[in-house]
Amino acid sequence: MFTLGPIGFVTPWLLAALITLPVLWLILRAIPPAPIRRAFPGVALLLGLEDEDSEADRTPWWLLLLRMLAVAAMILGFAGPILNPEPVETGSGPLVVMVDDSFAAAPDWRARLDAADRRLEAAASTGRRVAVVALNDLPADGGLPLRSAADAQARLDGLLPKAWPVNHAPALDWLDTVEGGFDTLWLSDGLSGDSRAALARALQSRGGLTVMEPPAPRIGLQPARIADGMVRISATRSSGEAPQDIEVTGQGPDPAGVERELARATLTFEQGATEAVAEVSLPPELRNRIARFEVEGMRSAGTVSLADDTLRRRKVALLGGDSEEGLELLSPLHYLREALVPTADVMEGTLSDMIAASPDVVILADVAALAPTDKEMLEEWVAEGGLLLRFAGPRLAAADTGRTEEDPLLPVRLRVGGRDVGGAMSWGEARALAPFPEDSPFYGLAVPEDVEVTSQVLAEPGPQLSDRTIAALVDGTPLVTRKTLADGQVVLIHVSANAEWSTLPLSGLFVQMLERLAVSTRTGAPEAGELEGTTWVPETLLDGFGALDDAGERPGVAGERLTGTLGPDLPPGLYADEDRRVAVNVIGEDTVLRPAQWPASVVPEWQGAREETDLSGWLLMLALAALAIDVIASLFLSGRLTGARGKAAASAALIGVALLIAPQPAQAQDATPETTTQDGGKSDAALLAATAEVTLAYVRTGDPALDDVSAAGLLGLGQQLFSRTSVEPEVPVGVDLETDELAVYPLLYWPVTEDQPAPSSEAYAKLNAYLRGGGMIVFDTRDGDVAGFGSGATPEGSRLRSLARPLDIPPLEPIPNDHVLTRAFYLLSDFPGRYFGQSVWVEASPPDAERAEGMPFRNLNDGVTPILIGGNDWASAWAVNENGSPMFPVGRGFAGERQREIAYRFGVNLVMHVLTGNYKSDQVHVPALLERLGQ
Amino acid sequence: MTLPLRPRAEALAAPLPPLLADASKLARGVMLGEHGRKRPGMGDAFWQYRTAQPGDPARSIDWRRSARSDVHFVAEKEWQAAQSVVFWVDRGQSMQFTSDKNTPTKSDRAALLSLATAVLLVQAGERVGLTDMGMRPMRGEVQLGRVAERLMDRAEADYAVPDLSILPRHSRAVFVSDFMADPAPIEAALATAADRGVTGVLLQILDPSEEAFPFDGRTVFHSVGNSLEFETRKAGELRDRYLDRLARRKERLGAMADLTGWRFHTHHTNDSPSSALLWIYAALEGRA
Repeated sequence: MFTLGPIGFVTPWLLAALITLPVLWLILRAIPPAPIRRAFPGVALLLGLEDEDSEADRTPWWLLLLRMLAVAAMILGFAGPILNPEPVETGSGPLVVMVDDSFAAAPDWRARLDAADRRLEAAASTGRRVAVVALNDLPADGGLPLRSAADAQARLDGLLPKAWPVNHAPALDWLDTVEGGFDTLWLSDGLSGDSRAALARALQSRGGLTVMEPPAPRIGLQPARIADGMVRISATRSSGEAPQDIEVTGQGPDPAGVERELARATLTFEQGATEAVAEVSLPPELRNRIARFEVEGMRSAGTVSLADDTLRRRKVALLGGDSEEGLELLSPLHYLREALVPTADVMEGTLSDMIAASPDVVILADVAALAPTDKEMLEEWVAEGGLLLRFAGPRLAAADTGRTEEDPLLPVRLRVGGRDVGGAMSWGEARALAPFPEDSPFYGLAVPEDVEVTSQVLAEPGPQLSDRTIAALVDGTPLVTRKTLADGQVVLIHVSANAEWSTLPLSGLFVQMLERLAVSTRTGAPEAGELEGTTWVPETLLDGFGALDDAGERPGVAGERLTGTLGPDLPPGLYADEDRRVAVNVIGEDTVLRPAQWPASVVPEWQGAREETDLSGWLLMLALAALAIDVIASLFLSGRLTGARGKAAASAALIGVALLIAPQPAQAQDATPETTTQDGGKSDAALLAATAEVTLAYVRTGDPALDDVSAAGLLGLGQQLFSRTSVEPEVPVGVDLETDELAVYPLLYWPVTEDQPAPSSEAYAKLNAYLRGGGMIVFDTRDGDVAGFGSGATPEGSRLRSLARPLDIPPLEPIPNDHVLTRAFYLLSDFPGRYFGQSVWVEASPPDAERAEGMPFRNLNDGVTPILIGGNDWASAWAVNENGSPMFPVGRGFAGERQREIAYRFGVNLVMHVLTGNYKSDQVHVPALLERLGQ
Repeated sequence: MTLPLRPRAEALAAPLPPLLADASKLARGVMLGEHGRKRPGMGDAFWQYRTAQPGDPARSIDWRRSARSDVHFVAEKEWQAAQSVVFWVDRGQSMQFTSDKNTPTKSDRAALLSLATAVLLVQAGERVGLTDMGMRPMRGEVQLGRVAERLMDRAEADYAVPDLSILPRHSRAVFVSDFMADPAPIEAALATAADRGVTGVLLQILDPSEEAFPFDGRTVFHSVGNSLEFETRKAGELRDRYLDRLARRKERLGAMADLTGWRFHTHHTNDSPSSALLWIYAALEGRA
């Protein structure tokens, strides 16, 4: 390769063609532009005129220069110019590629591998042997895993960054097992490490050391914390020269369970700062759903921060017995409030209100009896996975609840009375707590000496008592019992929630126990001591790129280990213990990222910015642009640019030049709208139109003739509505039950044919949702002419039965003569279509409907009938052709036209009923209202 | 073998109705006025009542007027005399030129204006004809058809010379041309017309490019019939001198017209034809 400064040429001999440029100059200069022949009657006036300029006509110098430039650019372009050609690698002997495969290397992992790849290619050309060593995954048996350069490239491509930082100390040990000298290429992750400098020096003693390190600062996202009701997001970076903005998004499931962005914040690193903080205000529902925060556009385990219980606030419903006013410290709820308010969303109120707000935990402090409905509701709620925590107290001790048989809402049967120990009137001393057994959720919590129990309720001994006891006093009396109830659990603390019966609520143990029961949550990272005795099972794990993987079957991790350093045995991820979650993140709250420190003799380099760039494309484009300009200039010089056609040609040429110069963005912009329109263009437009105006719809049956009649019928009805009422419908729409969205249509006309295919189950689901959402389906079997004869159902009738079976249809009745449909707009007594006399079925009125005093109608204040079934072939009676005249005859003569008119009136009533609901039915109250107004 | 007469005739007549229709439409915009002689005589328009004199024929008495008094009255009509107007329309090849496909050729515009004028004149009761038609000017729709047909003819020559074979004495004349050719024959024709007591108008029809000369660069100009050719290296530098010559040509035509009592006007094909029609009509009436 021939290099000229920073530019090298692939085929330098082509440059010889540059010699021809002066010759070309002379040739081009000698040839003037060809004349234009132009018809012009005024030539008679021109005869005899002389050109003022007697000099021979020549191409102007600047046009020549442009052409020379084009030719020169072409020659240079074809010679294959390359900017910053990769320098040729020199050296021999083995080459070791050391890779810091830590999370910090993940954001530019590909660039690192590419940089190393280029070096390996050079090594391959000289036949050097290469060993690839990942520092988190050192060769197990020591020594150098030397292979051919091509093999090493494959191994390099297979490397993935780990989700934990790299530790260089083991590498020093490994280096001792290696004999001989070698050159080293070290792909550094750019973070400081204890043994990094030592390792660098050791490597230098073996041979040449090249360190490649991208200059961009490494960014770490710290765990989000709740401070003063705001979510505080902070990030750190390894070096802080330039100001930098990063976008942090909070991801989590939406109510439908689909992962999406729930929060977003911009963190700004100021000039020279390595810390950036942003606070986001999030409603608790949203905050509790956030599963992780991540830095947008950076794929690294360090830029993902999993959210755990610290970010969640459980909703706790508190219900206590009535306490006397003013005795705040004696209130059974006081200590609970104090313990829970900092770490949970506490609500108080009536039980039914609170259950409706779906709390995570319900705490009953000394509540003995519940209303039967409340009790039922509470049981149901617990069975669905709720946690009911009960505290004893004087009332519970005095009540009969759970005496004779086990109360579902109490874990054990209770003995009458309870007991007092250590009081003035009792024998014995106050009892302390026994250490928690291993199967207890409280296992590992230290029991303070000063916690004493003076009174408690006692559990009736039984076979299940010991299983259900999760904490006991030193004498073995159960203090906390628990049982499961379907998916939920009921926990009873056998002492009161205030300090009357024990000193437990006064101690720190109380708060810790609440936390272990997942009633409250931590506010910060867990301490090792708190986690003692627990075992945590990984649920999801982070890989080096920050992607979440299901943990699969991995062994649990001891609680103490969770606070240790990350490693293969503790990969970052989300760990669970029963209902509690702890996130192990790469970047902790106190983690500080520092740039790597190298010995003075090592200067990290990074080729990434000065990659090889092939310039030939640009030069060829320059040549084309110059030629395009030459076209315009030549046209201009020869006078062809005047006139309309000339201008059009010129603008076309200009556009051509513009396209040549900027092809990339133009393509990108073209591509995006196309893809979006292809996705769902037409149906979206139809839906939008349907939402803008009232649009009647019919079900496409697959029989084109019948569908045409339905469309014409609804069109005719629409025209009548337009002229008679304030309903101004759009052109009716045929819907395909399988594919189309139904929710936007108030009315669905469904003609039934004998051989109509049944919709799929998805379509039925959609139809049921449509009916529940207030839609109305009008089934028309169109067999009113024959349905009255014989005893059996018509084919259409039986088909309708099978079609409608999966539909969620309420009980039906023949339309009563006081139904709203008889007076929604017109007063009607029957509902003819093309046929007459068949009964029409609607949703049955409720059995308790009563006729209001003095009213001709019953008081039917319910919703719109979701379904209407008849066989009078209304669409045919309504149908109009494109001239606006009826398509089908109805009846005979004037009576027939009257029947058509009634059919239209029925249609108007139908649409009015759908659109206004029970409005007309409400009018039974009008006389009463008028009477009141009169007074 | 020749086609039957009728198809040929229809093919021939095909362009005529549009031209006639265009011309009629154009003419409709102009208010009509008969050439009243402002004195009693033969005519259609009422002029005055006068008392009947002995010798007046009985049928000339206006009985309606007379019944209102004791004297007999005669209704006199204004004397109206029809005039002959002859057209010479340049049909040389130079008139076939247009610089832009959206503007009509000069010959189209010349034919349109001439025929529209003729329509107006026929409606006013005048006789019209072409100088090279071989028949005296006549009045009536049929004559309009003949004129329209003859206007479709094309001459071989690049620049036509006025043909004055039909030019009745004391008639009016309309010469329509681009007047790009040698002006000597025109001057001779004007002199001849003046000798016969004929006055009229010279209408010069020019293409906008002939007025602007928007050319540049190396160009070979040739006449439409290729009889003349002129090459220049820088057309743009000729513009001023060409425009100067054109101005002098117009001046010379104007001077000739003044000398002989004619009127001269220049019309451009990209302008509205109705303004030119109005001018012709006014000039013929002697008003403009």
